[in-house]
Amino acid sequence: MAARKTLGESLREHGVSRRGFLKFCAATASMMALPPSMGPVIAAALEKARRPSVIWLSFQECTGCTESLTRSHSPTVEDLIFDVISLDYHHTLQAAAGHQAEAAREQAMKDNHGEYLLIVDGSLPGPNSNPGFSTIAGISNYAMLQEAVAGAKAVVAVGTCSAFGGLPAAAPNPTGAVSVMDIVKDKPVINVPGCPPVPMVITGVLAQYLVFGKLPDLDEYHRPLAFFGQSIHDRCYRRPFYDKGLFAESFDDEGARKGWCLYRLGCKGPSTYNACATMRWNSGTSWPVESGHPCLGCSEPKFWDAGGFYEPLSAPLGTPGNTLLAAGAAGVVIGGVAATLAKHRAATAVAERQPVTVEELEQKL
Amino acid sequence: MSELSLERGLNALRAEIDAPVAAFFSSCVHCGLCATACPFCTETGDPKYTPILKLEPLRLVWESEFTLWGRIKSSLGLTRKVDDKMLEEWEELLYDSCSMCGRCSVVCPVGNDLQYMIRKTREGMVASGHAPAGLIEASARSIRTGSPMGLQWKTLAVQIKHVQGSTGIEVPVDKAGVDYLVLLSSMEVINFPEYLEAITKIFDHAGVTWTLSTDCFEATNAGIQIGSKDIAAELVERVVSAAVKLKVKNVISPECGHAYTAIRWEGPNLIGRSYPFRVFHIIEVLDELRASGRLQTEGKENDRLSMHDPCNLARKSGCIQQQRNLMDLVASDFVDLKEHGVYQWCCGAGGGVSSNERAEPLKLAAFKRKKAQIEEVQPERMVTMCATCRTQLEEGLEAFNMDIPVVGLTEMIADHLVDKGPAKG
Amino acid sequence: MSDPMGFLLWVKGPAFNFALAVFALGMLARLVEIFILGRKTNYAEAKGGEWGPGFKTMLTRTVADPGTFARAPFNVVVGWIWHIGFITALLLFIPHIELFRGVLGIAWPGLPNPVVDAVTAITILALVATLVHRTQHPVKKHISTPEDYLVWTVTFLPVLTGYLAYHRLVNPYPLILGLHILSVNLFLVVFPFTKLTHVFTAFIARWYNGAIFGRKGVQS
Repeated sequence: MAARKTLGESLREHGVSRRGFLKFCAATASMMALPPSMGPVIAAALEKARRPSVIWLSFQECTGCTESLTRSHSPTVEDLIFDVISLDYHHTLQAAAGHQAEAAREQAMKDNHGEYLLIVDGSLPGPNSNPGFSTIAGISNYAMLQEAVAGAKAVVAVGTCSAFGGLPAAAPNPTGAVSVMDIVKDKPVINVPGCPPVPMVITGVLAQYLVFGKLPDLDEYHRPLAFFGQSIHDRCYRRPFYDKGLFAESFDDEGARKGWCLYRLGCKGPSTYNACATMRWNSGTSWPVESGHPCLGCSEPKFWDAGGFYEPLSAPLGTPGNTLLAAGAAGVVIGGVAATLAKHRAATAVAERQPVTVEELEQKL
Repeated sequence: MSELSLERGLNALRAEIDAPVAAFFSSCVHCGLCATACPFCTETGDPKYTPILKLEPLRLVWESEFTLWGRIKSSLGLTRKVDDKMLEEWEELLYDSCSMCGRCSVVCPVGNDLQYMIRKTREGMVASGHAPAGLIEASARSIRTGSPMGLQWKTLAVQIKHVQGSTGIEVPVDKAGVDYLVLLSSMEVINFPEYLEAITKIFDHAGVTWTLSTDCFEATNAGIQIGSKDIAAELVERVVSAAVKLKVKNVISPECGHAYTAIRWEGPNLIGRSYPFRVFHIIEVLDELRASGRLQTEGKENDRLSMHDPCNLARKSGCIQQQRNLMDLVASDFVDLKEHGVYQWCCGAGGGVSSNERAEPLKLAAFKRKKAQIEEVQPERMVTMCATCRTQLEEGLEAFNMDIPVVGLTEMIADHLVDKGPAKG
Repeated sequence: MSDPMGFLLWVKGPAFNFALAVFALGMLARLVEIFILGRKTNYAEAKGGEWGPGFKTMLTRTVADPGTFARAPFNVVVGWIWHIGFITALLLFIPHIELFRGVLGIAWPGLPNPVVDAVTAITILALVATLVHRTQHPVKKHISTPEDYLVWTVTFLPVLTGYLAYHRLVNPYPLILGLHILSVNLFLVVFPFTKLTHVFTAFIARWYNGAIFGRKGVQS
């Protein structure tokens, strides 16, 4: 609010060097596919940015997204971004609890009406399902979201649950879970899916908002193109093995040890759009495929229902073998009945066939 | 009085549909290769003669009555109905432009035996009254006189007398218990009387016991050509009863293609029982005599000879090596046509085409394929072993002013028999 | 299924299962319809066997006789190329093998992706050539029916979409992969009711052909 510091001031308070900050800005620029010359521009803008008010609502979620952002590694510039925004409500992180916490939320909404950013993690029971599946302070997720959206400038759905419904919405979806964009139609929604999302993607989206004051370009799933524009497969360092047709066939075979493509072990990289392959995890230490595990496709809609994690992308869903057998058996029965009838007609035709005589033939002359 | 009708025709087609027909029609991909195998297509260049299209009436009946999917389709009115107008149009395709040579059957990449189906489709054409006049007349003469040409035993008796006079050998008639009953074709008796003389000499030379039958001398079967199992069966029964009456062990089909198919392959199925005797083509008998050393020949023909394999004998009955063995016996300069045996080309006259006067221009057109084959190897004479093929070759070569005589293989063998001298006298 | 991923899951799941069911039901019905008709007893003395020549013709008819090859080299060569290409791409592309493993529970070694890729490109060209040939060649033009063009289309689309998907020429990937699988579903549904049945019945037809001729002592 009035006493907000700029990011630059805050960083220096936290002892982050100018060099470290510029490195972050350069990385952010490259993630967003901007020329390197934009690094200093981003730095300059961020230095001057004022702490915006952020309200973070957590619905049907596992707190993994918050954990990913705050606990994954020692404090970095990404963490500090959170220090410099005014996180006015986050019921996992804030000290306040109970009525105090809810009062803080209402206060922030009132003070920053029309200006605050609303971040949501977790899906929520849809308007037609029992609101009792998930409530905070006796308020249904749906009602709380509607209320918070009303005064928000934009909504950022963090994590696959809030972006696409995620685990709670997986079949048979007992709570009738829906995603944020299923509900919010009149405000910009930015989806940052992933289970959890790459931390730097979240901060990158926030940085972009702070720097340019506008929302990023989105794909049809409302994902920022800068981070979700390319598939894991297209950026995967194991891609040359796919192109050569060299595949690991089990987790401890020769191919696995040699780091060959994990397609046959169920890698969903070809159909998954995310930045893991370029940004990696744990401060750039590694990422799932590099660790020898196939991509689960966690940043895609319906990823829980898109076939087993260890089933190749091309494998069918369901039990097609049974379909084949059952339909084949039905075909034999149907064909058998039809053919028996046809054969009966043929037998009748033979029985009823009148012999041809030359006298009959001669009538036709 | 009963009459042939569309319904009887359709019923006849229904009666012909079996598993091979269903498999064949299920497999056609319209690749058009059968057209490259058919002399009526290649020589006229008219795509309407494409063999698979000739089977459309049978295919429509199969599809709309013998497949569940086809029944649905036809109940929705999506399938053409076979009617008299269609059959009338198809008469030319099924009779005039098809000699049932079976070349398409061995070329079709999916394995359709088209000739097998042409034969079946003709059953429907006959029963619906859409057979050509020439074949109707030949069938009527066969049933009434025993010969498609109306030839009677008395004509043959005169010929027998001539043969006996010129060879000094008795031509056995109605001799019971002999090894072979010899059948003839009317065309041979009329056009190529030298055949009877030749076998008389050869059998005498080899010491074969044989006979002709006054009850039945005709081997040809107009019923097979027109495509009527009723007429064909009646003609086969005459052969069978003659053979049974004379208690022969074997029956010999003459130098005629379709006669062999009729008696050897279709006959038992037409009458619904196996024969108490065996059936051979004269070429098979001659080669058997050769192999067992009973044919002693001397001298060879020195001019360049080539050979026409009759479709019914070679491709359709597997008699391919035998005639070449016999040629080697009597010819020093024999050259095969480039495509022969299983892949030989039809002369254009078989399958009833030669009895169907209307088909004359098509018959001559189809011959151009044979002509081209002959021109490739440039023989001085052609040899064959089918009276219909021989007539067609002679007429065709003459039409194109090619001076290449055509001879029958049996006569050529007879000409080279070692003279046993007067001792036998 | 309004979004690419939902579409992909629909075509991979319920739609594929439906297509497979139609295919299996239709094709088995067709096969039973053929076999139950049977053959009449043949009383003529056989000159040769049926089984041996039948099986032999099942294989030998794959290769054209020299005369036919000389008269229709395009048909033979291009037909061979695209059939081999289609079968190679279908059976030896690793992701397809995984599909067969998922449906049938069995798998076999595949080919390196670049090989399948090259084969697919050739197959596309050959298929286009067959279409041009069908519309230009007098005999083929004359005997072609709407069904022939339908079958060409449903055969061509899986190859084309597969090529586009492999090269990721359409974005997003789930969309083109979904279109590829959809085209396969279409192929499977159309299969039992068109000349595509020849994939199975040609071998039955060849067997009968070989058996009919074989019985007469001819290897057809």
